[in-house]
Amino acid sequence: MKVTIDAARCQGHGRCFNLAPDVFGFDELGNGVVLVASPPDDRAERLARLAQVNCPEHAIDIEE
Amino acid sequence: MENPPVTDFATDWDHTDPAWVHDPYPIWDDLRQRCPVAHTDRYGGAWFPATHAGVSAVAQDTEHFTSRTVVLGNGRPLEDAPPAPIGVAPPITSDPPFHTIARRLILPAFAPGPVRALEPRVRELCRRLLDDLGDATEFDAATQYAQFIPPGVIVRMLGFPEADEDVFRDFIHVVLEGVNHPVEERIEEFAPIEAYITAQIEDHRAHPRDDLTSYLLGVEVGGQPLAPEHVFGTIILVLIAGIDTTWSAIGSALWHLASHPDDLARLREDPDLMPIAVEEFLRFYAPVTMARLVKRDVEFLGCPMREDDWVLLGFPAANRDPEVFPDADRFVIDRLENRHLAFGLGIHRCAGSNLARMEMRVALEEFLARFPRVELVDPEAVTWSQGQVRGPRRLPVRVVPA
Repeated sequence: MKVTIDAARCQGHGRCFNLAPDVFGFDELGNGVVLVASPPDDRAERLARLAQVNCPEHAIDIEE
Repeated sequence: MENPPVTDFATDWDHTDPAWVHDPYPIWDDLRQRCPVAHTDRYGGAWFPATHAGVSAVAQDTEHFTSRTVVLGNGRPLEDAPPAPIGVAPPITSDPPFHTIARRLILPAFAPGPVRALEPRVRELCRRLLDDLGDATEFDAATQYAQFIPPGVIVRMLGFPEADEDVFRDFIHVVLEGVNHPVEERIEEFAPIEAYITAQIEDHRAHPRDDLTSYLLGVEVGGQPLAPEHVFGTIILVLIAGIDTTWSAIGSALWHLASHPDDLARLREDPDLMPIAVEEFLRFYAPVTMARLVKRDVEFLGCPMREDDWVLLGFPAANRDPEVFPDADRFVIDRLENRHLAFGLGIHRCAGSNLARMEMRVALEEFLARFPRVELVDPEAVTWSQGQVRGPRRLPVRVVPA
């Protein structure tokens, strides 16, 4: 799995780093950043997918 | 003063109509099936997209829609008001490119780090409010609890005297609920607010301290301090957007829990569910509706929109769209997939969303810890606010013995 955030779309809703704090973090403006592009286990992968389907801006891309 | 009653919400809607204020959801369901963009000649002409797709399209389009004024009313922005792209309360009333600058200035104060640092104070405030209720077995959860939490936080962030918290609630009521008053009356109603904030700004200018007001007075953009109207406008924004909204969100969640014992029990037994539940409270009872003005004549969503028409952005209606949410009209406390628009969409995403979520979570956690079982005293006694912020304004609850 490879996780990316489209910074041009992200508006800092914060859903990703709240749902999957092991995969996503935030910058000083509160916009989402990817901490771990390849989540190490099933749980982290599941949470990354959950973050993706909750992002209001459709800013998270996941390559399986 | 009330507007004439609405006969058909598709062609003559009014968000201050008693039916809309009391229970807007069936109205929006009906519009979604019939229109899905409703129109009214009231307020000088206004549109209301009732679908998630329609609301999203307008929210994301800053080319055809301006945020110059975001509270729909009888007038249009006054000629002496700061024009687009700045507007009276940057950045919510700003358009690009100025919006980007104004927003970057305030985002760090509302980013997750500073918000986490505020959490212990919010918890302490909630506990104090609950202590003040003593051993009352009946009280008003809106006016005796929820109402006091956001002002306590915002007043501290701005560095205004804590004793003035109740002053703000009156201000906010005037700004947000008086939308159907005539323009001249609105200006008059606003004068004391202006005087109060101006005095606070002067005090901070003379005695700078570590708070948001002093930050705005000291910060520079391109080597220049912010214009005085920018500082004033941003403070107005933080007061208005930070208080009524979160109070309403906390109140709606408490209303839900007091009237749905199964969900209350679920949260009592599984406190870890709270963050997921907060998102469903936000979807189901999204408190905030925003407005835009059409910049110039345009055919949009199949509608002939004219320059200076309003568009009311019903985020709460978008959140009930069955095209996006299975069982949209059912509250599902553990709904995992929840792409709701309670905080808006696009460049104007609520800058205080991290703060609002934290306040909601802490307010509910502390309330449930003190009162694990509550019920409504009388469902008919509950009243809801009018205007673009929806929440219970009277919420009498009774403590139920275990």
